[in-house]
Amino acid sequence: METLTFLIPISLFLGGVGLVAFFWALRSRQFEDPKGDAERILSDEFDDHPRQD
Amino acid sequence: MSLSSAIETGTQTVNGSQAAQMDEHVSASACPACLAAPSAEDLAKSGDIKGARIMLSLPTAHCAVCISDVERELHKQPGVRSARVNLTLKRVSVDAEPGVEPTPLIEALDRIGYEAHELDAGMLSATETDKRGRDLLMRIGVSGFAMMNIMLLSIAVWSGAESATRDLFHWISAAIAIPTVIFAGQPFFSSAWASLRGGRLGMDVPISLAIILASAISLYETSQSGHHAYFDAAVMLTFFLLVGRYLDYRTRAVARSAAEELAALEVPRATRLREDGSEETVPVGDLKPGEIIRVRPGGRIPADGAVIEGNSETDRSLLTGESLPVFAGPGSILSAGEVNLTGPLLLRVTAAGKDSSLHRMADLVAAAESAKTRYTSLAERAARAYSPIVHLLSFTAFGTWLWLTGGDVRHAINISAAVLIITCPCALGLAVPAVVTAASGRLFRKGLLIKDGTALERLAEVDTVVFDKTGTLTMGAPTPENLDDLSQEELAVAAALAGASSHPLARALFEAAGAMGVAPTPLDDLREVPGYGIEGRLGDQVLRLGRADWIGAEAGNATATHLRIGEAAPRSIRFVDSLRPGAEEAITAFKATGAEVWLVSGDVEGAVSDLAARLGISHWRAGALPHEKAELVGELTGQGRHVLMVGDGLNDTAALARAHVSVSPASALDAARTASDIVLLGQDLAPVSDATRIATQARRRIKQNFAISILYNIVAVPIALIGLATPLAAALAMSASSITVSLNSLRLK
Repeated sequence: METLTFLIPISLFLGGVGLVAFFWALRSRQFEDPKGDAERILSDEFDDHPRQD
Repeated sequence: MSLSSAIETGTQTVNGSQAAQMDEHVSASACPACLAAPSAEDLAKSGDIKGARIMLSLPTAHCAVCISDVERELHKQPGVRSARVNLTLKRVSVDAEPGVEPTPLIEALDRIGYEAHELDAGMLSATETDKRGRDLLMRIGVSGFAMMNIMLLSIAVWSGAESATRDLFHWISAAIAIPTVIFAGQPFFSSAWASLRGGRLGMDVPISLAIILASAISLYETSQSGHHAYFDAAVMLTFFLLVGRYLDYRTRAVARSAAEELAALEVPRATRLREDGSEETVPVGDLKPGEIIRVRPGGRIPADGAVIEGNSETDRSLLTGESLPVFAGPGSILSAGEVNLTGPLLLRVTAAGKDSSLHRMADLVAAAESAKTRYTSLAERAARAYSPIVHLLSFTAFGTWLWLTGGDVRHAINISAAVLIITCPCALGLAVPAVVTAASGRLFRKGLLIKDGTALERLAEVDTVVFDKTGTLTMGAPTPENLDDLSQEELAVAAALAGASSHPLARALFEAAGAMGVAPTPLDDLREVPGYGIEGRLGDQVLRLGRADWIGAEAGNATATHLRIGEAAPRSIRFVDSLRPGAEEAITAFKATGAEVWLVSGDVEGAVSDLAARLGISHWRAGALPHEKAELVGELTGQGRHVLMVGDGLNDTAALARAHVSVSPASALDAARTASDIVLLGQDLAPVSDATRIATQARRRIKQNFAISILYNIVAVPIALIGLATPLAAALAMSASSITVSLNSLRLK
């Protein structure tokens, strides 16, 4: 039973990290163009010279 | 233990598939959360770097190559700082130096084979839509997080945690659930409150009641060391319903965005002449009767007026559907919305703003809209039946159990809460939005934009299709028909004359002759006589290309221009309007489904009957005035038919508004697009018939989804009523029905 005192806070903490990551992704507009991002990965245009903007 | 691990994996699949499904939806249709996002960011940026932001709609973009092609081409244009394609929304946002106009960019994209339309960037950034979308997503994230954690704790309880451990787990669940419900449930609470204040019993009232009651009872039970707590159910309910709400919201936001913000054709500005003869540019709204305005060739006439100086021809096809340009000279009365073709005109404004013919057309639309009965969607009908039944069931359970147990309020409330939770509005809340999102995503990929959520349902009922001619079935761009009748010599002369004008018929003739490999004969004294045609000289022969009365030829029924070489007999060159691609397919497909197809146009009888014969349309009407078109639609509706109107002109607007459901191409006038439910983004007309097929399928799926959730309720409600529903049963019923409903929606082909 003592393990619970570790496990529960740890699981809540990890879940919280996931939640914060989701918020960050949301705020940095990563859900803006899911279809475009899926296609962009196929293009090798900026492989050697990352786009400046 | 085996049970609990089974449930655990079950729960994980729930979360997994839900996430997968959301992903699918995100890609299925465009993401509204990001609609205004780029512009918001760029607004912030433009604070320090001044520049133009241009938004273009790209209906045909669909792959990685399109992205790099479009971006590379735009980067090559002078003044363009950066361009980024958003494939989900099918638009490109261009950051450019001040003064860069969208037209050359559109032309550049056209040259490499991409169709583009201008979007009103100002309106995009002004919308608050993305805030709401992100807000909903945030709440979904929070409730999803809480749901997973509570579910983990609940599994321990279900699999047999006892006494102090169970209480501890319940308390931790409560600590997660209560703030979550308060934060994530707000959209439901506020809309339930609004509907209660309005004296209505919407879908959100039982939802809010279930969420609040479940949380309150669970909190009470926990404090009394009770066995059952419904925290998981309360949070799960919130999560699933938020997903449904988000899908619903996004469908509407996506529709609103592009359809209404396609800027294009409206004339917001006019060139007014001051007393001293100098020019100034003013908003159209400021024009007053009696003022003098100048309209250059190619410009749209901003207000009704009488010509006081200049000769030209005007294209009235968007107003009346006539394909033949009309002569305009001093004394001619012109209406706002016509396009000036050849010569500059000075107009004395006779009516502007509210009194102009444009505005009278708008009144016609308003009248047509009020004549149309409001459509009750399937979701509304379901909600209307659902809310009273649920409340009734829950209160009956409460009363009956109070009486049966001789006044055990705690037990009675527990059961009525279980009933509220188990009746599971989440399947109902997902049943419609999930299907509509899947269907509109599919249509969006075909180049159709659904502006109104119920348009799909209405489209499914269509049994009569009314097409406009000019600009809808045809491209509104003429091509010469009988060039083979002319000798090489005549052709070369005609091409030379045509090359000197920017009149659409002349351009078409010049291009067609060029395509045939005809080199224009060099002519002397080439000059355009605005409103009449082009004159030139070859040796001592006078050559003329233009209107029949000017040439001395007989005016025919069809669109034509006439050529006269010296004293020889005039030759006429007839033009046909080229068919819009996909028009034939669309009509064949509609006929195959047994729908009646009509062709209604303001054009002359000859042109209309020709086209009707060419496309095999047996019902047609020519020379129809705007209100006659609307009346025809009304007449057909009166016969109990459900009319789909497809049109693009101002003269179609009233008919579009009157019809059961309406479609207009992206090239249509603003007013027509606003009046219609669906906008066709590409050139091709074929998707329209696909749309009805998908709509029929979508309606079937919605009904199936209702059947599924009713079936679950038929099984689960009696269990809840007799008091056997445990939190585990509630969780199972809820997730199972939500997931079946979502999966069923994704079956849409």
